[in-house]
Amino acid sequence: MPETKPVLMQGNEACAVGAIAAGVRFYAGYPITPSTEVAEQMAAKLPEIGGVFIQMEDEIASMAAVIGASIGGMRTLTATSGPGFSLKQENLGYAIMAEIPCVVVNVQRMGPSTGVPTAPAQGDVMQARWGTHGDHPIIVFTPASVYESYYLTIAAVNLSQKLRQPVIVLLDEVIGHMREKVTIPEGKLMVEKSSDKVPSDWKPYDEKGLTPLVPFGFGHYYHVTGLFHDQYGFPTGDPPQVERALDRLHEKLEKYRDEIVLTNYIGHKEPRVAIVTYGCTVRSARSVVKKAYWQNRLPVGLLSLQTVWPFPAKEIEALAKQADVIIVPEMNRGQLVGEVERYACGEAKVVPLNRYDGEMINPDQISEEVGRWL
Amino acid sequence: MEQLTQDFLRTKKLPHIWCPGCGNGIVTAALVRAIERTGYDQKDVVIVSGIGCSSRAAGYLNFNTLHTTHGRALAFATGLKMARPELKLFVIMGDGDCSAIGGNHFIHSARRNIDLNAIIVNNHIYGMTGGQHSPLTPTGKKATTAPRGTLERPFDLLELARGAGATFGAKGNAAQPRQLEQLIIRAANHKGFSVIEALSPCPIAYGRRNKLGGAVDMLRDMKEKSISVERAANMDEEELEDRTINGVLYSIDAPEFAEAYYHSIGKDIG
Repeated sequence: MPETKPVLMQGNEACAVGAIAAGVRFYAGYPITPSTEVAEQMAAKLPEIGGVFIQMEDEIASMAAVIGASIGGMRTLTATSGPGFSLKQENLGYAIMAEIPCVVVNVQRMGPSTGVPTAPAQGDVMQARWGTHGDHPIIVFTPASVYESYYLTIAAVNLSQKLRQPVIVLLDEVIGHMREKVTIPEGKLMVEKSSDKVPSDWKPYDEKGLTPLVPFGFGHYYHVTGLFHDQYGFPTGDPPQVERALDRLHEKLEKYRDEIVLTNYIGHKEPRVAIVTYGCTVRSARSVVKKAYWQNRLPVGLLSLQTVWPFPAKEIEALAKQADVIIVPEMNRGQLVGEVERYACGEAKVVPLNRYDGEMINPDQISEEVGRWL
Repeated sequence: MEQLTQDFLRTKKLPHIWCPGCGNGIVTAALVRAIERTGYDQKDVVIVSGIGCSSRAAGYLNFNTLHTTHGRALAFATGLKMARPELKLFVIMGDGDCSAIGGNHFIHSARRNIDLNAIIVNNHIYGMTGGQHSPLTPTGKKATTAPRGTLERPFDLLELARGAGATFGAKGNAAQPRQLEQLIIRAANHKGFSVIEALSPCPIAYGRRNKLGGAVDMLRDMKEKSISVERAANMDEEELEDRTINGVLYSIDAPEFAEAYYHSIGKDIG
């Protein structure tokens, strides 16, 4: 594919550009630091291409409007940060239950509560997983660069459409506000149009598996609800049907697990010390591995997670069999480290490395910890 | 009264979940007849609802129906209308759903003057949860959460909507379903944010606790207190005390939001 010239771009902007490339034509949002640039980009770009930008009265309404527009057949996106992400949770659960595709960008900032609005953190990893009530599945991507913000947003839109499942792009303030060189591939992405052409036996929630969302207004009269429902969308409280419906939500993600779970390993093939991390912390870890392995041939490696949920269990299991020690740097008091420990199954010692003062974990901190275990 | 159009009802989903004496069925029937009389194509009509007794109506109507989260029906509807401005949206909400938890979306929908038809079934109480007071419960009336009568003052919903920018406001009731039907038709034909407040009896969770009698008594009372806008125009405050003014209270021409948006990006949606 021919490539255009590299451009300087911000992570938040890359989300907007990626979303539009993936066919997003509807954005509803509410201003919040450090995510506002996503809204500003969309407000500038969408009207030029016939799309809809709307600033809603609050975060709850933004999430609701996005779901409404998706039911109308548009590809949709909203962006927010911690406090707003909390407010979006109820309707996010609705989208999971009613199987309405949408993408939610959360540019993490230092919390809890209003916290330090302009400082970076990775404190929403568990909220992204369990923020909405009920035993639901979720997909969460964690870009570590501006280019990853671009392509993971595209992946989020496409997966969301395919699986009829909300996808969260969990940025952090560093990635969201950082500017770096990116090369956006030339050409147009293929975007499948939602259509009214469906098989005659189409059911909105076919128990046989994935079924496309037929937008409202095409003469297929079905019901959409946050209540447990049968395959036609109508409420049910029948225990076997309820259980089946919840399984159905989870099985979609399990079946397409390998398309969803994205990780990347660099470093020694048989590392003694491995680093597992995500988001902006990957950048510090990468510079440590570059020095330790590429320059000094030390048995060190880095598994960076582009997907944190569903959790890359297989990858951690395999890594734990190789490494003696797994270091998990996170900008929180230790959230994903518990999952790493769970899947390391005692095969490797799992060591948390935490920083939560509103500053990035720097390479020296990681390097020091790695040195301790070599 | 003529038969309802069966095409617009999901008869297999009946009987409904509502209590004996509830007015939700009457309001729903008025809505169905009104939609039929507008001549809208069935596939262009969408019913959006919130959470509560009256919001369950969506499940019984044979259109594209969207039963949303508590208080958020108008916000969902706003997204859908902006994505598909050609669709005709009727948004059914209860008094608590619309004016308490959904109050913000209500005033902002009015402010935008987006072309949605909001039908608020006002039974003065949270029925689904067993009878708690809402922002439309009259002062002094009892509820499970106001066992000695609520001290709070109710909203005047239609005035609230007008103040926020709604361009059509009408009041009807379950005791006068023909009139209600006509009001819904006029709301549908109005371009902009239309509010219809439909008073409806809840003999189980509201009437009984406040000794208002059974469903028939409540309906009779509703009818007796009701007075048309036209007649009320010639009456003074004293005469109007304790009366409910029914009919179209206001209908104003103003730019509609979805149309204005699409016009601004060079697309005309007619």
